[in-house]
Amino acid sequence: MYSFDYQKAKSVADAAKVLAKDGDAKLLAGGQSLIAAMKLRLAHPSEVIDLGTIKELSGIKADSKAVAIGAMTRHAEVASSAAVKKAIPALASLAAGIGDRMVRNMGTIGGSLANNDPAADYPAAVLALGATVVTNKRKIAADEFFKGMYETALQKGEIITSVSFPVPKRAAYMKFKNPASRYAIVGVFVADSGTGVRVAVTGAGPSVFRVAAMEKALAAKFAPESVASIAVPEKGLNTDLHAKADYRAHLITVMARRAVEAAMK
Amino acid sequence: MTVKVSLTVNGKPASAEIEERTLLVNFIRDTLRLTGTHVGCDTAQCGACTIHMNGRAVKSCNMLAMQAEGAELVTIEGIAKADGTLHPMQEAFRQHHGLQCGFCTPGMVMSAIDLVKNFPDPSEELIREQLDGNLCRCTGYHNIVKAIKAASQTMRS
Repeated sequence: MYSFDYQKAKSVADAAKVLAKDGDAKLLAGGQSLIAAMKLRLAHPSEVIDLGTIKELSGIKADSKAVAIGAMTRHAEVASSAAVKKAIPALASLAAGIGDRMVRNMGTIGGSLANNDPAADYPAAVLALGATVVTNKRKIAADEFFKGMYETALQKGEIITSVSFPVPKRAAYMKFKNPASRYAIVGVFVADSGTGVRVAVTGAGPSVFRVAAMEKALAAKFAPESVASIAVPEKGLNTDLHAKADYRAHLITVMARRAVEAAMK
Repeated sequence: MTVKVSLTVNGKPASAEIEERTLLVNFIRDTLRLTGTHVGCDTAQCGACTIHMNGRAVKSCNMLAMQAEGAELVTIEGIAKADGTLHPMQEAFRQHHGLQCGFCTPGMVMSAIDLVKNFPDPSEELIREQLDGNLCRCTGYHNIVKAIKAASQTMRS
């Protein structure tokens, strides 16, 4: 790992100030992606700003309409939260399937979203549930947040503070995971808000995306057979050593059908 | 440049001037000379470096020592009683021969204690599922799972 300066941020404003001043500074949330990337010298920040001690960034607030999760809330906390399990069980179960138990004890929702790994789980939930990403500067709708591979709408000096998920009528997440890393080879999150259906796919493309044809079919009739014969074109999907684009395209349909089945239970 | 890290390890205060980039596992092994915590893959996959930070299992090779500033750590050296009586999980690994070469064992034991804390009465299937962050390259999983199942019973009683 290259050397860097380290500081613990006292507040979000404090962290934003350092970020704005030093373009090569990086925020450290749980570090489960960043530290690994730094060890491989894929990332070499001049300065690491640790958000770990900012208490107000952590915690879960839920009512009958929405679940708000602080950016530094660990995956394990979301997975075991009684409030999340009651309001959006699909979200708790998604968090319980990220990485392994030790990774879930460190990794955070804010870190995952800011990193926007193409195979991360949270982006699928954020996009399908139509969540709002709250930063120190503004509120960003899910549809505006994810811009491409490891790219988001976050600007220089902008820090995610929380994510607000509207409570859906029913929802489920199904993931075909890499057996070693537990990353999504393909993950599909289906959410029925009561006024519309959203289907978000992670792992398959450069960044999370919605499938309009499936959303339309499910809005007409929320049933597994509505998506079972909808094929997603393989063009633009990822090909790597784990799966080729055509296989990923096939998996999207399978995972979508299973997610609808699970959501109806 | 260096920074000062202060924390509690196995009930005792520890502090040192370290380089910012020092990984927690290197701090534990090289600075504190607690070499029971192992480095296996060094890429946060194998779990040999698992320790407890504030009561939760974490991979110490995938975090900075500074992230543990002020925290209470427990390593494999800190779970037996002062008189040498093994922790029920260690005893179960011994009884059920839950190790072959022994390299993954410290991480397995620390992870398993956290597993049983979260799931006091785990089924074999759940143990296998929840143990996915720990690799045993001797593939000695069968007895490891048996040991965890047995320890979950003694830890409950």
